[in-house]
Amino acid sequence: MIFILVLFGFALWSVVPLDRNTLGREGLRLGLDLAGGSYLVYQADLSETESGNRDDIMEGVKGVVERRINALGVTEPVVEIQKHEGQYNIVIQLPGIADIEKAKEMVGLFTVLEFREQDASGNWTPATGTVNNETLALSSRYFKENTSIATDQFGKPLLVFEWDQAGAQLSEQITTRLLGKQLAIFLGDEPLRGEEGHIIAPVVQAVITDKGQIEGLSLADATELKDLLNAGRIDVPLGRWVDEEFDPSVPLYERTVDATLGADSIRKSITAAGIGIVLLLIFMLVYYRLPGLVACLSLGVYGVVLLAIFKLVPITLTLPGLAGFIVSLGMAVDANVLIFERTKEELRGGRTLAAAVEAGFNRAWTAIRDSNITTFIACIVLFWLGGTLGAFMVRGFALILFIGVALSMFTAITVTRTFLRLIIGSQVVTKPAAYGVASVQTARNTK
Amino acid sequence: MIDFVGQKRWFFLVSWILIIIGLAAIIISQIQLGTPLRLGPDFAGGTSMTLQFSPAVEQSQLREEMSRLGYDEATIQNAGEGNFIIHTQEITSDEATELKDELATALNAQVELTDYYLASATVGAATTRSALIAVIVAAIAMLFYIVWAFRRMPKPLRWGSCAVIALIHNVFIIVGVFSFLGWLAGVEIDALFITGLLTVVGYSVNNIVVVFDRIRENVSRHVRSDFAETVNDSLIDTLARCLNTALTTLFVLLALFLFGGATIHYFVLVLLLGVIIGTYSSVCIAGQLLVVWEKGNWSALLPWAKKAV
Repeated sequence: MIFILVLFGFALWSVVPLDRNTLGREGLRLGLDLAGGSYLVYQADLSETESGNRDDIMEGVKGVVERRINALGVTEPVVEIQKHEGQYNIVIQLPGIADIEKAKEMVGLFTVLEFREQDASGNWTPATGTVNNETLALSSRYFKENTSIATDQFGKPLLVFEWDQAGAQLSEQITTRLLGKQLAIFLGDEPLRGEEGHIIAPVVQAVITDKGQIEGLSLADATELKDLLNAGRIDVPLGRWVDEEFDPSVPLYERTVDATLGADSIRKSITAAGIGIVLLLIFMLVYYRLPGLVACLSLGVYGVVLLAIFKLVPITLTLPGLAGFIVSLGMAVDANVLIFERTKEELRGGRTLAAAVEAGFNRAWTAIRDSNITTFIACIVLFWLGGTLGAFMVRGFALILFIGVALSMFTAITVTRTFLRLIIGSQVVTKPAAYGVASVQTARNTK
Repeated sequence: MIDFVGQKRWFFLVSWILIIIGLAAIIISQIQLGTPLRLGPDFAGGTSMTLQFSPAVEQSQLREEMSRLGYDEATIQNAGEGNFIIHTQEITSDEATELKDELATALNAQVELTDYYLASATVGAATTRSALIAVIVAAIAMLFYIVWAFRRMPKPLRWGSCAVIALIHNVFIIVGVFSFLGWLAGVEIDALFITGLLTVVGYSVNNIVVVFDRIRENVSRHVRSDFAETVNDSLIDTLARCLNTALTTLFVLLALFLFGGATIHYFVLVLLLGVIIGTYSSVCIAGQLLVVWEKGNWSALLPWAKKAV
């Protein structure tokens, strides 16, 4: 009992801020179909890469995309790599971004980093050189794959890199020209910035031919730059495959939801949940009387603890997830119903109240356990399926239903049981009528 | 006392009728639409968008304007309060915005594009395959699970098979209903349909296991010598539970169906049908199948066949 009170108290305490800042960032984490925002899935064209290190390359691409998104000022973006049947997808969630065209512009470009110099008026323009009579811009394409971090004699990080043949020629021309000047690194039209927000633009201190190093970076900046440069050696276009042709910058899936629609969905779900739950509670009270009341209390604990789990893990709530939560409330009663039906039978069989309740719990347990496992199996299959689909809502639903069913088993056998024992132990209500059985004798006669 | 087992021919007949209607719907849909179920963007590729008109417009007006603008094939679902969910072939978000503006001028209303969703046609085939695999894997997993859970009973495979037959029966009827709705009302299936179907798979077997669990208990207590009577007793023992759980779940589902909004309308409908059919099959089909198998009375499965005495 104390355990339950503590659990309930803790759950309530963690959920309560939700009242004030309803479902905001401080409250539950909402998926973009509820909060508004954009969702994009791109396939990666890795035809130019070797198959061995594609995982690493995709990690680099992810880093590049994350950088761009951060430049958009999105709060809590999610970027994930999904690997499915040898194909890499990149999944991007941008909460609160309604202007998808802008988002796509930022995301769907190339992954190559470009070096730029300042012209007379202070604008950054591509740093170019001439190789074989061709004018080329210096970019991360010309790096060898061995860019790494070393430390100088003072323990400061150094980014050590090597150019390939063309890169060495370009670099020699450019660094000769820019000696003592800055060379910035651009991703698309945005300069790379260090963790403190300054533009990363090292000053050229020597003519660099085939090998060089960058000093003065913090360790975090150096590490990130290393990853970006290694990923940026090869252009990995993002788009989708149509038959055997690659269609760049068109996403495989795209979804944008307006925040007002999300708010509307939440409002409707809450209305529906309210009506459904009230009906449910009335039914339980009328049909099961006292145990029904206990089931309602138990359901209350269930709901609050589930919300607390959503918030603390945290689990992103989507509209189907919200539906899953509401459905799980209906299903959570199941374990209670199983137990009460069993208890009634035991009462009719002539047992004392306490014995009937105990027997009800013990006998119902195998049915509760065995039956709920089937829902778990369905949830696991769904979770797998959700990973292969572009629809992000499927996983959310599966996860929420899974947690809901697991928790409902727990609340039924702990919370309901404790409440019932307490009531029986206190001898306050002893009439079988309160438990939905007319009386032992009549019950027997009707059978 | 109700004789659930004795009436099994009637129950089987009802199921056969539902299955045949479903099959008919699937065949008609296949012939007329070229697909057994009307496929939404998740499966066929395409664009789904929600447009909000203020003031609200009539669906017929919208349909007319859409045709005029060259979107004859679009399906339009009225989501209430001036909201319409429109499914078209693939159009980019730029084109969608353009369409929105054209509709606003033509219908003289303020229009907001509140939900835009595009799924590439290229993923449709893979999605369909994944969905089929998921349903089959789930059914096989259920079979194995029940065989394992009832391993102490004689012939556990029989228990598992009966549960899975009932389960396939449930899934098929729901697919039939949606095939029918697709043909008549233009209802399309999406990823949420499959989600609902798999939830129904879990829920159906959940109910069946509760009944089977009781049969298992009653068999081991040797209350009755006849298996059919034992099954009937078990069905009656669990009847209150099955109905009450179905009711509590139906309360919340019905509320969601009526007030939960258009986005999840058909998803909730799948669950709603699943709970009803799942409860029906656990009370009227699964246990009876066990009895038929036990007695070898296969003709009972075909209620129109001559009654074997």
